[in-house]
Amino acid sequence: MSADVQLENVWVQFGDFVAVRDTSLTIQGGEFFSFLGPSGCGKTTLLRAISGFQEPSRGRVLIGGKDMAGTGPNQRPTALIFQNLALFPLMSVWENISFALEVKGVNKSVRRKKADELLELVALPGQGDKMVDELSGGQKQRVAVARALCAEPEVLLLDEPLSALDLKLRQHMRTELRAIQQRAGITFIYITHDQGEALTMSDRVAVMRQGTIDQVSDGTIVYDRPETAFVASFVGENNAFPGRVIEVTQGIASVQTKSGVLHAEVSAVSPLTSGDAGIVFVRPESVRFADPSALQNRLEVTVANQEFEGHFWHLVLQTAEGSVIRMSVMNDGERETYEIGSRIAVSFTAQGAIALAQGELAAE
Amino acid sequence: MTSARVLRLAVGFYILLFFTYLFGPLIVMSFTAFNSSEFPSISPWNCVTPEWFGVLFKDQHLMGGLRSSLLVGIGVVLLAVPIGLAASLLITQLQKRARSIVYTIAISPILVPGVVLGISTLVFWERIDRVVLGVEDSFFYDGYFMTIIGQSTFIAAYAMLVFLARLQRFDPGLEEAALDLGATHTQVFRKILLPFLKPAIASAAVLAFLASFENYNTTVFTIVSKSTLTTVLASKVRYGINPSISALAVIIIGLTLVGAVIHEYLRRKEVAKTEALAAEGLPAPTRSRSGNRVLRVPVGALASLIFVAMLATAWIARDYDVAQCKVQVTEENRKKFDALKQQRLAEAKAKREANRQDADVAVETNQAGRQYQNIFAPTNLGSQIDSTEPSEPDSDATTAVETNQAGRQYQNIFAPTNLDGQVDSETKDE
Repeated sequence: MSADVQLENVWVQFGDFVAVRDTSLTIQGGEFFSFLGPSGCGKTTLLRAISGFQEPSRGRVLIGGKDMAGTGPNQRPTALIFQNLALFPLMSVWENISFALEVKGVNKSVRRKKADELLELVALPGQGDKMVDELSGGQKQRVAVARALCAEPEVLLLDEPLSALDLKLRQHMRTELRAIQQRAGITFIYITHDQGEALTMSDRVAVMRQGTIDQVSDGTIVYDRPETAFVASFVGENNAFPGRVIEVTQGIASVQTKSGVLHAEVSAVSPLTSGDAGIVFVRPESVRFADPSALQNRLEVTVANQEFEGHFWHLVLQTAEGSVIRMSVMNDGERETYEIGSRIAVSFTAQGAIALAQGELAAE
Repeated sequence: MTSARVLRLAVGFYILLFFTYLFGPLIVMSFTAFNSSEFPSISPWNCVTPEWFGVLFKDQHLMGGLRSSLLVGIGVVLLAVPIGLAASLLITQLQKRARSIVYTIAISPILVPGVVLGISTLVFWERIDRVVLGVEDSFFYDGYFMTIIGQSTFIAAYAMLVFLARLQRFDPGLEEAALDLGATHTQVFRKILLPFLKPAIASAAVLAFLASFENYNTTVFTIVSKSTLTTVLASKVRYGINPSISALAVIIIGLTLVGAVIHEYLRRKEVAKTEALAAEGLPAPTRSRSGNRVLRVPVGALASLIFVAMLATAWIARDYDVAQCKVQVTEENRKKFDALKQQRLAEAKAKREANRQDADVAVETNQAGRQYQNIFAPTNLGSQIDSTEPSEPDSDATTAVETNQAGRQYQNIFAPTNLDGQVDSETKDE
């Protein structure tokens, strides 16, 4: 029921503009795979190339081992869930869901039965006779999923389907989608610019930038072991200290930055040598209040601002040279808050930071 | 009085003026349909009568025109709506430059004067008929055929505009979604686009029919030997009309009102439905309500005005016998004419007396007094001629009376002698 999707040197060009550049990738059958990237990075174009709405300019798209060139979207074993869902407003819920059967000429009672089954699957039993407009956002979402599943696709493509929902519902639907995927047992390819969605749901994540894939791996690796400066800055929050590599010993790089010499682990995939331009990345949650004993990566800072986010305190710190450091402190009830303007010292371990070659950073 | 109040009064007065301008002619015309007078008028009011509706339905010429108008209208709907739909679909598919070119071509018949469309259609098909087919009066030179073709050229553009407006709100994502779910392009058109366009198809059809029904300047050329309602009406206006035309107008207004009320009823039901949905805290389709309120006023006002007018008519007619009234009016007229006859006789007698004394002076007085007032009265001409011939002085009055009696069946409203007599009597009173 589930098929793997292979992209072989896929290019998509619109005139002079290259939307997708020489992309090769294999998505396993039954996998929940996410493309993560800022808007305009080509992820939606790639999705349209898989679904058949966009023929690649060069390269091949294979689904289940078959070359899809010349096969229209209505003939591919894929179903797409659109960003705006694109539910048919003039049809009832069950008619929407069973549309894929209707166009095949399946008779009404069979269609109705199938629609009711799918409504059970997406946890909307008995809502078949409502009109689409009578549903709430989350319910529409589920109807869209059910409609796509009704086509019995081998690959389900989802184009930022949760972006219109509010936070609570979005979080709920993440779990829901993941559960549906496991129940249906088919390949899900998910497009999003929200790293939280990509990380929570996916087996693997591909981070895209300007038409190319920077890194493909599972969520924890993308977060903890980014391979490019872009991935490090796009996925989650990161403090960046650009500078020049002085030396690399035992996998630890020493980088001369404006804030002094900082030490950080080197990525095994993209090694650095002394003399390279590099950036040291430190996650806000890896920044600690400095022990008196800590000598490495010690920074003298002024508290510029602090934001309370329930489970975390976010501190905005300023170094003497004017760099801004973000720091997150767990709200465990023991920490005191700091006066704005008070001077403190913070530090981080070399293992809690990563040194990467200089490159494009994600826009703030 | 505050300035705000003055402003309100001024606005109120303006609105009153505006609606009078808008509906006044319709209301006056509606009343003329019920007056027994031979000419559409409300003053003098003779008798309330439904007879003009009977006259209307018995008028073979008018009914024939109405039939061909309906036929042509249906033909235009069947031709122009699909063409307009096709054009609008093409335009939405095209990119910037090609789009504006096709749009300009499609819209151009609206900008071309109808007369030009009519003449060119006529000339073109006449040529096709004679030169290409080499026969005369083939199917292509048929009045209905050419009228349907000729009207459709610009009515299709109207239809296209209606469709374009609707298509602008169409989410192309729906087409893609349907394709993605395995639908063929034909199925996408039939199951997604066509249902979405259904209201627009209905509006375009109504618009096309009305535009065809009321078209004159194209039709008058293309209809050739046949005639539609508009061409019949135009020829009637040229050769004299009677209130049966008002009766036709009343029927059309009535149908329009019924249509408007039904439409309004359905629309309000729709609004109530969306409001009920909104009340449940669910997102309702956005809809501007202020616009509807403004719309509601004139339709309601007109409908209630007509209703009041009908009630009033019914009240006046509650114990009213048309035939009796007519007899009465005829009697009154006869009395008036008798009086006039006496006057005329007396006048003639006096004239005769005067002529005997001084014929030349009488002629001068006569001419001076009547120079402008009686210039078109034929009997007056007679009398002037007569007065120059004093040997037969009585013939003047006798002719006048005879004319009067002949004209009595039309109640003499337009009998020239009647006017003459009235003027004379006024002159005499002084």
